[in-house]
Amino acid sequence: MAATDIDVKYVAHLARIGLTPDEEVKMSAHLAGILGYIEKLKELDVTGVEPTAHAVPMVNVLRPDVVRPSLAHEAAMSNAPAKANGLFLVPKIVE
Amino acid sequence: MEYEAVIGLETHVQLNTKSKMWCGCANAYGAAPNTQVCPVCLGLPGVLPVPNEEALRKTTLTGYLLNCEIPRFAKFDRKNYFYPDAPKNYQLTQYDKPTTANGFVEFEFQGGLARVRITRAHLEEDVGKSFHFDRNSGVDFNRAGVPLMEIVSEPDITSADMAYEYLNALKDILLYGGVSDCDMEKGMVRCDVNVSVRPVGTQELGAKIEIKNMNSFSGVRRALEYEIPRQIAVVKAGGKLIQSTRRWDDTTGITEEMRTKEHAHDYRYFPEPDMMPLAPTDEWLAEVRKLVVELPLARKQRFIREYSLPAPDAETFKNDVALGNYFEPLAKQSSNPKAVANWVINNLRAKLTELNEREKTEQSELGIEPADLQLTTLADLKFPPAALLELVGLVEAKTISNAAAQQVFAEMFATGKTPAAIVQEKGLAQVSDTGAIEKLCDEAIAASPGPVADYRAGKAAALNALKGYVMKLSKGKANPALAGEILERKLKG
Amino acid sequence: MLNQLTISELTSRLARRDISARELTQACLDQIARVDGTVHAFISHDPADALAQADAADHELAAGVTFAQKPLLGIPIAIKDVLAVKGHPLNCGSKILGKFISPYDATVIEKMKAAGAVVFGRLNMDEFAMGSSTETSAFGITRNPWDPSRIPGGSSGGSAAAVAADEAIATLGTDTGGSIRQPAALCGCVGLKPTYGRVSRYGLTAFASSLDQIGPFTKNIEDAARLLGVISGHDPKDSTSVAEPVPDYVAALDGQIRGLKLGLPKEYLIGGLDPEVKAAVDAAVKQYAALGAEIVDISLPHTDYAVATYYIVATAEASANLARFDGIRYGQRVDGADPIELYTRTRGAGFGAEVKRRIILGTYVLSSGYYDAYYLRAQKVRTLIRNDFLNAFKQVDAIITPTAPTAAFKIGEKSGDPLQMYLSDIFTISCNLAGISGISLPCGFTRSPKLPIGLQLLGQPFGEATLLKLAHAYEQSTPWHREKPAPIA
Ligand SMILES: [Mg+2]
Ligand SMILES: [Zn+2]
Repeated sequence: MAATDIDVKYVAHLARIGLTPDEEVKMSAHLAGILGYIEKLKELDVTGVEPTAHAVPMVNVLRPDVVRPSLAHEAAMSNAPAKANGLFLVPKIVE
Repeated sequence: MEYEAVIGLETHVQLNTKSKMWCGCANAYGAAPNTQVCPVCLGLPGVLPVPNEEALRKTTLTGYLLNCEIPRFAKFDRKNYFYPDAPKNYQLTQYDKPTTANGFVEFEFQGGLARVRITRAHLEEDVGKSFHFDRNSGVDFNRAGVPLMEIVSEPDITSADMAYEYLNALKDILLYGGVSDCDMEKGMVRCDVNVSVRPVGTQELGAKIEIKNMNSFSGVRRALEYEIPRQIAVVKAGGKLIQSTRRWDDTTGITEEMRTKEHAHDYRYFPEPDMMPLAPTDEWLAEVRKLVVELPLARKQRFIREYSLPAPDAETFKNDVALGNYFEPLAKQSSNPKAVANWVINNLRAKLTELNEREKTEQSELGIEPADLQLTTLADLKFPPAALLELVGLVEAKTISNAAAQQVFAEMFATGKTPAAIVQEKGLAQVSDTGAIEKLCDEAIAASPGPVADYRAGKAAALNALKGYVMKLSKGKANPALAGEILERKLKG
Repeated sequence: MLNQLTISELTSRLARRDISARELTQACLDQIARVDGTVHAFISHDPADALAQADAADHELAAGVTFAQKPLLGIPIAIKDVLAVKGHPLNCGSKILGKFISPYDATVIEKMKAAGAVVFGRLNMDEFAMGSSTETSAFGITRNPWDPSRIPGGSSGGSAAAVAADEAIATLGTDTGGSIRQPAALCGCVGLKPTYGRVSRYGLTAFASSLDQIGPFTKNIEDAARLLGVISGHDPKDSTSVAEPVPDYVAALDGQIRGLKLGLPKEYLIGGLDPEVKAAVDAAVKQYAALGAEIVDISLPHTDYAVATYYIVATAEASANLARFDGIRYGQRVDGADPIELYTRTRGAGFGAEVKRRIILGTYVLSSGYYDAYYLRAQKVRTLIRNDFLNAFKQVDAIITPTAPTAAFKIGEKSGDPLQMYLSDIFTISCNLAGISGISLPCGFTRSPKLPIGLQLLGQPFGEATLLKLAHAYEQSTPWHREKPAPIA
């Protein structure tokens, strides 16, 4: 796998980010540089090394099943770009 | 060439916790839209999830009930995809380290026992609910973040009927374990199906086709009844099936292609950095183990074995757990558990249903909401369970006739008086005094020339009319067997 | 001028009722009015709300509430625009949040309010904390008070500049790869990144969940100790917060550093290290030796891999964390015919170039076929980096390095080359990967122009008390923290 084979158009679509053709070109160049730099990780032998997902190891952090107050409906909807009948409105969902 | 179907199911079940999975909002159905939401379940900037221990407990319990292993390490992962009902645009789920794995479900199918292996039952979160209008959709996030358990089966199912029975068996187990209310109408159980076909006798799996959007178990069965012949027809006609996702349309009864593999999602799973992994301790698992209950199938088999019940009675007690729990202690004390089962199922249950039907009508006429109806349960009965045992004993000892027993039962159901008191009060004790019955028989013969002639002409059934007459004269107290014997003797003599 | 004083000086004067919280808050507001046109540390602030909080503090002071009860009573503290304050805007330096008003308080904000602080203002930052210069903000650049032609560092550039310019007594910022320590170094103030889990992240808009921490910017070490004491502690709303007791950090400032061991890692002598920075740090090491600390040569062999590891781990987490900015429930929406079009337009228009770059990089390293080669490998290298530090801490009490390889650079100097910008975090990034504590404090100035140089001390997990003790001893024996930036005087 070449480090620079990133398909910016495809990945931007996965991330749901619209890019202008100009942005796409710039993005490809920048990402190629960064990915080239990141290649240096391949120098290291990581056989048998456990991955670190959390810097502070802890397990079983849980909460009791207790009901707490929700937001008032008005507060919950206060930042909605579009709303009606107590719902957040979006363009029609079709799949 | 003959083809067979290979079916695996992914069943999503809402857990019946009090609060949601990551926040303290109520996990309750039916509230006004977006009134059970908070910064956490709306995915506002800055919020963090903290997992609900009870949801984890119920998932682990389900693991035990489904004969699963409970790994000593589990974790949550982010499944990335954009959808308007997903507040964070990723779902928190368990990807490669689920809380339970490698179990099985056993259930009755086509006169035998079927076994479907369970790949895993893992914990995740539900999404919001969308409503569709002409040009817009609207989203209610009350359901977002409700604890959801996904139960994945191995592709061990071979027919639409088997899928249907598997789902019912699974639902029974979840109800027994008290982990979910399994109310289909409220969307508490939802199911995706993976189905492929292959020539009988081959092992290689065909192209896996996923069907979505069934909202009932019978919907799953109908979808498969449509999809399996469709796939077989395609291959038989020399066509090629490709891995894809199809949508079931419940109204038209067909499945339609939604997307193919080239358009499959790339979910970019990775470990959830906002939550710590799970490593259940021995003590914690021991506490969960205490919650394990007898499985529905085991209960049915035990009832048949221990109480010599016919399968339909045992099935009734499997499906109506409260009724079975009422029955079982009585059966243990009775020399005739089968008779007790008859009384419990045919009289007690019938009477309760009848009473409650009446109550429903009356209360709804008074304007009481369905949810607020005051109905009678086994716990509200006026008589103690021992009274039913006593009643069965009276019949067994031939102290009262079956007909009288019905009267006694009606009375004790209505008033709570003991059977002995009712028998005494109403003079219902069976008459087995031969002299008295002889007299009544003579009266009956004299008053019924028709039946007498019929009987003598060889119609044995005519004796029943005469026997009925005797019972009527005795107000139901005559021992019917004795009356029959005497009548026969007199008419033949 | 009241706004130039420290928390310690102000609390004693407030307690004597020498001054009022209103006067103090007004002094900060006046300074903002005077200098923020140049510095632009603030995206916005609400003077009336700040004064109302000050009046409430004055009432409490009059009613006899003590600083033992409310350690920050009446002290104006400004907030980085990434922390949720109920009823206030929250933009994270981005256009995408539009007119968002937070309906809730971050846990640190609850704690600050409970401590009586006048919590005010939205401090400028790199968009979603992605940057090292505060140039990626959608609300304009922040200028370094020591030289307005230069950047203040980032991403918490507004937090650092506001303290350096005396626009607030202290501020809160966040640090994912150096975003507190590097701007503190470049602006000549104190910046502390606590151990991961020390301070609740609830209400901090996540950039990289496993790396982010909130921490204080202050004028001196004692103030940092005070503020850290208020914001630390376990929070049931944050699963990654640790139930470690909070020591009395101020009590730890006893000057007793004789015999403490300071590790000097050989890997930090890199090519890009500015000679003046190196000279200042070398002098600081000598000063520590003179104060009785023992200097030990150590090695952190995986240092060279930290930046690459960081840009995989941080961008991967960010790609998911920033998915929620979609124009559905809040924020600036650009409509579309269907949800997908709405998303791509909203996010295309709402995010700036650096944020887009990092989301796309993060999406790529997690995508099908690349996960093992990039993300999983980076997580494993992260283990090696963390182990380097845990091994080092078997020998030493803290590690000493420069905070940044150079003093503040010119506005625009690195904005065209993302990789060069990333490499300016080379000394600070490992600390976040390892989850340990770190602090930056002033250790001198470049000659011409006169720009602050920062010294970084890295401490054990939950070793903040030792870090503060060491930093305090150095600070008390050197003049640097008393200097004020001439250009805005
Ligand atoms: Mg699922
Ligand atoms: Zn909630």
